[in-house]
Amino acid sequence: MIRFSKYIWLYFCLSACVIVPGIMGLLIFGLKPAVDFTGGTLMELHFQSPTTQSYITQILAKDHIQAVGIQTSSSTNYLVRLKPETDATILSLEKTLAGDSLNKISILSNETVGPVLGKELLQKTVMAAIVAIIAMLSYVAYAFKDIKFGVAAILALIHDLLVVLGTFALLGHFLNVEVDTLFVTAFLTTMSFSVHDTIVVFDRIREMLKRGDRLPFDQLCDKALTQTMGRSLANSLTIMFMLLALVLMGGATVKWFVFALLIGTISGTYSSDFIATPILILWDRWEKKKRITK
Amino acid sequence: MFKTPRRVFFFLIVLVVLLLAFDLPENYHMNFHVGKFTVNRVINPLSINIHFLGINIQKQLKTRLGLDLSGGSYLVLEANMHDIAIADRDSALESAKQVIERRVNLFGVSEPIVQSSRSQSSYRIIVELPGVTNVDQAVALIGQTAQLDFREFTNFNSQSTLSGYLIPTIENTKSTGLTGKDLSRAQMTFSSQTGEPEVSLTFNASGAKKFDDITKRLIGKPLAVFLDDIPITAPRINTEIPDGQAVITGSFTQDVAKTLALQLNAGALPVPVSVIQKQTVGATLGQQSVLQSLRAGFIGLAIVAIFMIAKYEWLGVFADLALILYGLLNFALYRWIPITLTLPGVAGFILSIGMAVDSNILIFERFKEEKRLGKPWKVAMELGFGRAWHSIRDANFTTLITCAVLFNPGNWQFLPSSGMVRGFAVTLFIGVVTSLFTGIVVTRTFIRVLYKERDTK
Repeated sequence: MIRFSKYIWLYFCLSACVIVPGIMGLLIFGLKPAVDFTGGTLMELHFQSPTTQSYITQILAKDHIQAVGIQTSSSTNYLVRLKPETDATILSLEKTLAGDSLNKISILSNETVGPVLGKELLQKTVMAAIVAIIAMLSYVAYAFKDIKFGVAAILALIHDLLVVLGTFALLGHFLNVEVDTLFVTAFLTTMSFSVHDTIVVFDRIREMLKRGDRLPFDQLCDKALTQTMGRSLANSLTIMFMLLALVLMGGATVKWFVFALLIGTISGTYSSDFIATPILILWDRWEKKKRITK
Repeated sequence: MFKTPRRVFFFLIVLVVLLLAFDLPENYHMNFHVGKFTVNRVINPLSINIHFLGINIQKQLKTRLGLDLSGGSYLVLEANMHDIAIADRDSALESAKQVIERRVNLFGVSEPIVQSSRSQSSYRIIVELPGVTNVDQAVALIGQTAQLDFREFTNFNSQSTLSGYLIPTIENTKSTGLTGKDLSRAQMTFSSQTGEPEVSLTFNASGAKKFDDITKRLIGKPLAVFLDDIPITAPRINTEIPDGQAVITGSFTQDVAKTLALQLNAGALPVPVSVIQKQTVGATLGQQSVLQSLRAGFIGLAIVAIFMIAKYEWLGVFADLALILYGLLNFALYRWIPITLTLPGVAGFILSIGMAVDSNILIFERFKEEKRLGKPWKVAMELGFGRAWHSIRDANFTTLITCAVLFNPGNWQFLPSSGMVRGFAVTLFIGVVTSLFTGIVVTRTFIRVLYKERDTK
């Protein structure tokens, strides 16, 4: 048996090392919203002779513009989606397009479009996440017949969400990584994975308590952690194999999505053992102290 | 039927054959020789056409790809803002966008994109629908304005009703001022007397007030209900209705009543819109990305499979078989429901394969522990399944709670009811339920039937 419970404050410090900069990043820089949230420019271009998506990307690069999406609408017409650009950039792009030597390009339309995922939907999704968290807290408290299990599981969940949000706030500032609708999906996946993983550890503690294990509570938790460690690692590894395969071969579109999931998975596995369970132990100590002083 | 593991095993084999037929590639050209036989034909997934006890089931099992992978219809709608004050135009456009979004979602098109758009003085809404290549069908879907109008006859005399039905038209009626805007909810219900489907209406406060006045004024006279200038029904008002509750009856089929309720709920558009551009558009990412992700999926799957065998030996083989069944089952369900697959959706599916072995890992770890305690093999195995069940149940149940909240089956206003979040909830739900089935039922059956024999040798 490994005496995990001896180093509780070390785990909390380790988490703080990730979360504190993350929260500061969130507060100072915030998340960098992608075009899904901000809206942008939609242009329809007409080419005199058929062209390719990569050729359009090249032309845009001349003005340091990166297209969010390029779609055919016929063999010579293309729909190009851009981030919100200044009027000056658009004007210079229009000139570049008009001056293209290989192909005669005309702009059929140029419109400002609203977000795919607007403020209202985002607020509702956050609302749904809160409702789901409360529902999970109630269920865990009910299934384990003790509110402290529910609270500990949810605190671990909030820990994981903060890790993911904080990391992306920092990535957004330093590497220009944007959060898009996919990030919302990764966020929600982390939410369900985190509690899922925590419950497996809690279940073992519950079972030992039921069996009438006479160990002190912190040692009982250590035993449970030691026993479930193999499973936790194996499960996280299988998920990481899948994610790594996707990062390496899945292409650029899903790269940051998969990265968010990867962080969520690692944090979710870590927090079950080193956040949720220590909270249980601390709560238990506090309860006992209260009983003695009474 | 499922009393013995052997029977379950037989059932699973039938299931696999069926799933393989569901999951066959589309329009795949096969051409090869096996000895004397030459096989040369185009393969398509099984399509279903069953007539059973008066129920018709027709399914074309094809993969539905999202806008990013296959493109779809692209529509530009222009809102006519003539009658709207300049200050209110932005919010009118926004609410028109929401109505259209709701309408698209209600009709079951998943993963659409609906955006508002402005250029100079024109207010537009851009709608993209994946997979809908018939543009006119898409226009019909969105353009249905579903404007409800309650009208009274201009010169009603009892003579005309006595001589038979009086057919209400726009010409012989005039508006009572009560319209779809006064409606708070419409719902399909069944008549308590005839059992026929009908649409019940609940008016909001001002609507209830208007309806009260109208019914008071027109007792004994018919009130015509028009939907998009077409009369649906003209029931006679028998009593005064003060509580804002009404029912539209007509010989509706269940489908018609349901559609009508949907249309009324979706509401009338706050501004008139017209289609100014319609076309089909290509994919943003295309075939290349699908192939890349699928290859990543197969490689990931292979690593997981090898890992399971390395860690659990023979048991790992069974878990891998169950995992393949998980993949087949999920894909068949995606085609059956159908679920629109976008590239992130594919990535999510691949990720779920990594998560699906979790129940197996839990059970096998438990089995190892029990065996270490000196229990005989068979007892340890059954104990492994039995004891791991509690944690598997509670862990997965919390995920199902998340699914339920995100799916928002009650269409509550404060929760999302959009395609994207809902699509995620459905996919997660399918993943959890099928992984429970393959992780527990399938693996257990495989072990009971196949491993037992090896063990007794």
